[in-house]
Amino acid sequence: MAELTRDDVAHLAGLARIDLSDAELDKMVGELGVILESVAVVQQSPIEGVEPMSHPMPLVNVTRPDVVRPSLGAEAALAGAPEADQQRFSVPRILDED
Amino acid sequence: MTTDLTRASAAELSDLLAQGETSSVEVTQSLLNRTDAVDGDVHAYLHVDREGALATARDIDARRAAGEELHRLAGVPIAVKDVMATKGLPTTCGSKILEGWIPPYDATVVTRIKQAGMPILGKTNMDEFAMGSSTEHSAYGPTRNPWDLDRIPGGSGGGSSAVVASFQAPLAIGTDTGGSIRQPAAVTGTVGTKPTYGGVSRYGLVALASSLDQAGPCTRTVLDAALLHEVMGGHDPMDSTSINAPVPAVVEAARRADVKGMKIGIVRELTGDGFQAGVQARFDESVQHLVDAGAEVVEVSCPSFEAALAAYYLILPSEASSNLAKFDAMRYGMRVLPEGIDDPSAEQVMAATRDAGFGDEVKRRIILGTYALSSGYYDAYYGSAQKVRRLIADDFSRAFDTADVLVSPTAPTTAFRFGDKIDDPMAMYLNDIATIPANLAGVPGMSLPSGLADEDGLPAGFQILAPAAADERLYAVGSALEQRLLASWGGPLLGRAPELSTTTKGA
Repeated sequence: MAELTRDDVAHLAGLARIDLSDAELDKMVGELGVILESVAVVQQSPIEGVEPMSHPMPLVNVTRPDVVRPSLGAEAALAGAPEADQQRFSVPRILDED
Repeated sequence: MTTDLTRASAAELSDLLAQGETSSVEVTQSLLNRTDAVDGDVHAYLHVDREGALATARDIDARRAAGEELHRLAGVPIAVKDVMATKGLPTTCGSKILEGWIPPYDATVVTRIKQAGMPILGKTNMDEFAMGSSTEHSAYGPTRNPWDLDRIPGGSGGGSSAVVASFQAPLAIGTDTGGSIRQPAAVTGTVGTKPTYGGVSRYGLVALASSLDQAGPCTRTVLDAALLHEVMGGHDPMDSTSINAPVPAVVEAARRADVKGMKIGIVRELTGDGFQAGVQARFDESVQHLVDAGAEVVEVSCPSFEAALAAYYLILPSEASSNLAKFDAMRYGMRVLPEGIDDPSAEQVMAATRDAGFGDEVKRRIILGTYALSSGYYDAYYGSAQKVRRLIADDFSRAFDTADVLVSPTAPTTAFRFGDKIDDPMAMYLNDIATIPANLAGVPGMSLPSGLADEDGLPAGFQILAPAAADERLYAVGSALEQRLLASWGGPLLGRAPELSTTTKGA
């Protein structure tokens, strides 16, 4: 198993959109290493040819009749927004400049 | 009237209310007074809804006086874990990222307890997003175990276990992803059930790991757990994983308490080594009580359980990293602007907010999950864990061919001291070694007190596991054991807990 490096953790934090500080990164590299070593025992179980199980219930798609039913109004849906404008969520810019 | 309303069970309160011996307002006020007196020390609640609870109580009293036919638990107050959306009441999940959030809707479980006319006393403390076994990961400070204020009340639902153990509520709602109802019950001398996966709606439960999460009752008696299980359970079209079948006959099973001819399977891998001596001793005595009640004991082996913890700590972080992606600072919850950046992008705001809003354990698990799901590692980690999950489910099926229920100690130890495991994530994770297999397979489980460990005088828990959709067996076995233990103790175990010092709150 490849060792998890500080750069790896920084990359993962970027993917997970968490702006970890340097101190947090240092601490997490060691902790994640210990956890990963422990959980790697799953690979030593007799799993050859075993069907993966994603869910305790054999799921089939669940549908409902296609009829209109009440849902949250705009005011209620926006009530917890950090910022709202003209009945919409107001967000920071989503594109990089140029 | 001489009954101490704060110590009465929900079943007893229900009878007193029906007979007109007390009112819901009186019961609710007694519990709120108890909270004023003890919760400064215990810190079971993150939010107390005094006015809301009393308003419901007044309404129920008026309706009862007018002769209306009411639900059995109408007027009996309840506390709700802060992971359940409650319209108009703060819901934080123990996280800073949701501080001050007021949900615009109710979870289905909350809707059902409101329909039953149960006053909601408040929201209980928990490890942040239910990640933990001690409540030390709550962003709002830990809850303290009423048996010893220097010790943990279990987790993640330590607020719900402590609120019933300290007589601030007869009933509480918990949720159990890897043991968060059962382990807190074990270390506080209370009762908790994780129903069959799909038995209780997850709509409005802020998801930790969607394929493992299940809400259930936290109480002081097995019958109370059954009564609350019945209110919470049943099909809900708002949850696509909800089982479309009636709630198992849990109340009837709790009343009959009949284990004659039942086969009780002791799981070899979940006893002996690694379990505290006093916890094991109380477990062995409890098994003997069940034999005395007419049950037969068999030993079963579930070899894959040895890898359950590892599989769980891959599956849970994987699902959690995906579920918690919704906390993005855009639609609700906290928004933090990164320092030193003019006109930051949405992505930068998101990353700054998630760093400021999530605690260490949450960040650790999100990053672990992100890794386990990333291309190149998916098969080695998440894929392997899913295969182990299948082996565990197969072990359960085989075990239930020879036994009607399986039993084990709920947690390996009694309540540990604050700080003992906080810096060692793997040591913390080991608390859930006996409870995790049930979540992976989706089967129901219950913990009830088995007595006090000799070495420290703290409560130990007895776990019962049943096949999926056979939740009633938990109650039959739990109730039979409870009857015999109560007789041998000469009263409830919680009667031996030290008195909490009470403070009189100034007006």
